[in-house]
Amino acid sequence: MKYKKVMQGALVLTGFAFGASALAATPSASMLGNSCAGCHGPNGNTQGPATPGIAGISAEYFVDVMLDYKADERPGTIMNRIAKGYSDEEIELMAGYFSEQKYIPLTQEFDASVVRLGDMLHDRSCEKCHEDGGKFAEDSAILAGQPKPYLKWSLADFREGVREMPKKMKRRMDEVHKAKGDDGLNALVEYYASQGK
Amino acid sequence: MANFTRRDFLKVTGTAAAASSLTLAAGRASAAPKGKVVIVGGGIGGATTARYMRMADPSIEVTVIEPNEHYHTCFMSNEVLSGERDIGSIRFDYGGLKGHGVNVVQDYVTGIDAEKKVVKTRGGQSFQYDRCVVSPGVDFRWDTIGGYDKNVAEQIPHAWKAGPQTVTLRKQLEAMDDGGTVVIAPPPNPFRCPPGPYERASQIAWYLKNHKPKSKVLIVDPKDKFSKFGLFTAGWKKHYGYGSDNALIEWVSGADGGKAESVDAKSKTLQAAVESFKADVLNVIPAQKAGKIAFDAGLTDDSGWCPVNLKTFESKQHSNIHVIGDAAIMSPMPKSGYSANSQAKVCAAAVVALLNGDSAPQPSLVNTCYSIITPEDGISVAMVYGYADGKINKVAGSGGLTPGYDDTTMEMRKREVAFAHSWFNNITHDVFG
Ligand SMILES: Cc1cc2nc3c(=O)[nH]c(=O)nc-3n(C[C@H](O)[C@H](O)[C@H](O)COP(=O)(O)OP(=O)(O)OC[C@H]3O[C@@H](n4cnc5c(N)ncnc54)[C@H](O)[C@@H]3O)c2cc1C
Ligand code: HEC
Ligand code: HEC
Repeated sequence: MKYKKVMQGALVLTGFAFGASALAATPSASMLGNSCAGCHGPNGNTQGPATPGIAGISAEYFVDVMLDYKADERPGTIMNRIAKGYSDEEIELMAGYFSEQKYIPLTQEFDASVVRLGDMLHDRSCEKCHEDGGKFAEDSAILAGQPKPYLKWSLADFREGVREMPKKMKRRMDEVHKAKGDDGLNALVEYYASQGK
Repeated sequence: MANFTRRDFLKVTGTAAAASSLTLAAGRASAAPKGKVVIVGGGIGGATTARYMRMADPSIEVTVIEPNEHYHTCFMSNEVLSGERDIGSIRFDYGGLKGHGVNVVQDYVTGIDAEKKVVKTRGGQSFQYDRCVVSPGVDFRWDTIGGYDKNVAEQIPHAWKAGPQTVTLRKQLEAMDDGGTVVIAPPPNPFRCPPGPYERASQIAWYLKNHKPKSKVLIVDPKDKFSKFGLFTAGWKKHYGYGSDNALIEWVSGADGGKAESVDAKSKTLQAAVESFKADVLNVIPAQKAGKIAFDAGLTDDSGWCPVNLKTFESKQHSNIHVIGDAAIMSPMPKSGYSANSQAKVCAAAVVALLNGDSAPQPSLVNTCYSIITPEDGISVAMVYGYADGKINKVAGSGGLTPGYDDTTMEMRKREVAFAHSWFNNITHDVFG
């Protein structure tokens, strides 16, 4: 993963980078992070209806995502254009900033009748990497309380192959799809949407 | 992992630079007031500055002076014109700012004494400041179109400041018979929200297409090109028959005589350079300049806009006064809400640092403007900006436009509309929440 490579560089660089930022060049982590709030919400907590929240995001996943957008290796309507504006060092600073923000899951409408099925499917197939009911992720994405359209579009992009899915996750997605079809995926989305604060 | 390293590093070194970035992020512990900041204008720039200053350093006393009890966002006001949303959905109050400990005063600023550092209001109040931030938005050059002034604008609205005029224009569109002509006269550069008039044309065309399909929108423009030109014209072709015999949108360029000369209010006729155009609904958006107070306080130059230091946004005319948003010269950033919001955060950080005896931090800025052509077809322009050598610079390789139809899918265009609405919810929460 790209994360490892950047982090190794960053570990060496951190000392220098901070010393240097007083002189000029690199903006502070909060300066960089604040400029994203117009689209992602204050501190990265989204109001919806569609743009994902990025507060509390895993630093590792954040760096991966930004580098993928930067290299056009992940589809997006606008993030590819935004990510190209930042150096690896700036991305690392923002990873620190956003991972330290408290995540507030979005309150939104959901179909209560399928939440139990979604909960069950999640436990069986997704909990391993999207922990605590999808509220926490060591090195993958937070799913609980993310905007429904964003979750749906992400799953669609994975299934259509326009976004690369981690191999082990693909196995689990296929498992859900085989057992419950599109209804199963839909139930998962409703389950995550039901976890608003 | 890296966070640990950084935190440890900060703990160990405790240098001025490290300490200031840490405290700025975490919020300073309150102590004796470090200074008084007075903000003129509670719009996008002013309200954002107030909030972010209080978040960074609660020991600073922040006062916002704004004449209106409510703020109506210009962004998404074009959706009010098409009936896609209600005027109430673009109305915000100052409860959020008060919650952040900002002193909000409902009054109109009539003068700023830069020497004595005092702001004066129409209500007869005086406010002493250590630093003043001015974000008054735009004013109109009423002398540029004959027969069009403040009073005429009550019946022939510009609707370029959202609120009552947005409602008037919407009502006129609703009252218009099918087969009518809506004439929009956009301003010359530079002006607030470069893609705005063309998004407006799109939104009105959407309404007409669904409710009054024999009508049309005629744009009579002094310019030969405009923001997102290729994307708009392709969108109009796709959805509104642009360029065909029964087009819902037509555009007269400056080269074809589109420059507005005068308005006859009674007959709703726009006299342009070559021809005159009779309208059923007429929307004239005059040329613009910085808000009046910027002139009265001596903050403008010959261009009619305010020159500023591009690291701190401190006025080049008067020290201790900062100008941001539409009123300031921020080239290459466009005059937009996202720009004003982003500049406000840089300004807040700079003022907090200066009041604390630190040097101003290195800026980083973003702009994005979404435009909605139909409820399922959205486009955007974006850019990331840095600062070097006394200038704001586009970060090479970043930003740019939504791809054209050949290089994207309608699915992505539809997502952009939902992301535009998310942007609206998030930025308004960031400013007024
Ligand atoms: C139709 C339209 C669509 C738009 N769409 C978008 C969009 O999609 N995206 C985007 O980013 N931008 C958009 N904009 C632009 C955006 O609205 C402005 O760029 C933004 O509001 C600028 O912020 P500001 O703080 O400079 O001014 P404003 O937000 O206008 O705030 C100025 C405030 O100052 C107050 N004021 C003025 N004079 C005084 C005084 N003397 N004393 C006290 N208070 C005073 C005013 O009452 C006002 O509240 C759009 C604009 C229009 C017209
Ligand atoms: C103009 C709006 C806009 C701005 C500005 C913006 N984003 Fe985004 N962001 C989006 C949208 C929309 C998506 C969904 C992907 C897409 O369509 O591009 C997204 C997705 C993301 C994701 C992926 C989240 C996930 O769960 O996988 C990350 C991370 C992200 N943005 C970080 C940032 C950072 C950091 C900044 C500031 C430097 C930023 N964004 C600025 C709109 C924006
Ligand atoms: C083996 C670990 C693993 C398993 C099991 C797994 N995922 Fe993931 N998931 C990931 C990783 C890693 C990512 C980030 C992918 C990337 O880099 O774009 C991710 C991303 C996602 C995203 C996109 C989130 C975003 O913010 O863009 C969704 C939605 C998702 N997973 C749903 C699921 C569902 C539903 C299941 C169960 C059927 C599941 N995942 C099982 C590892 C896993």
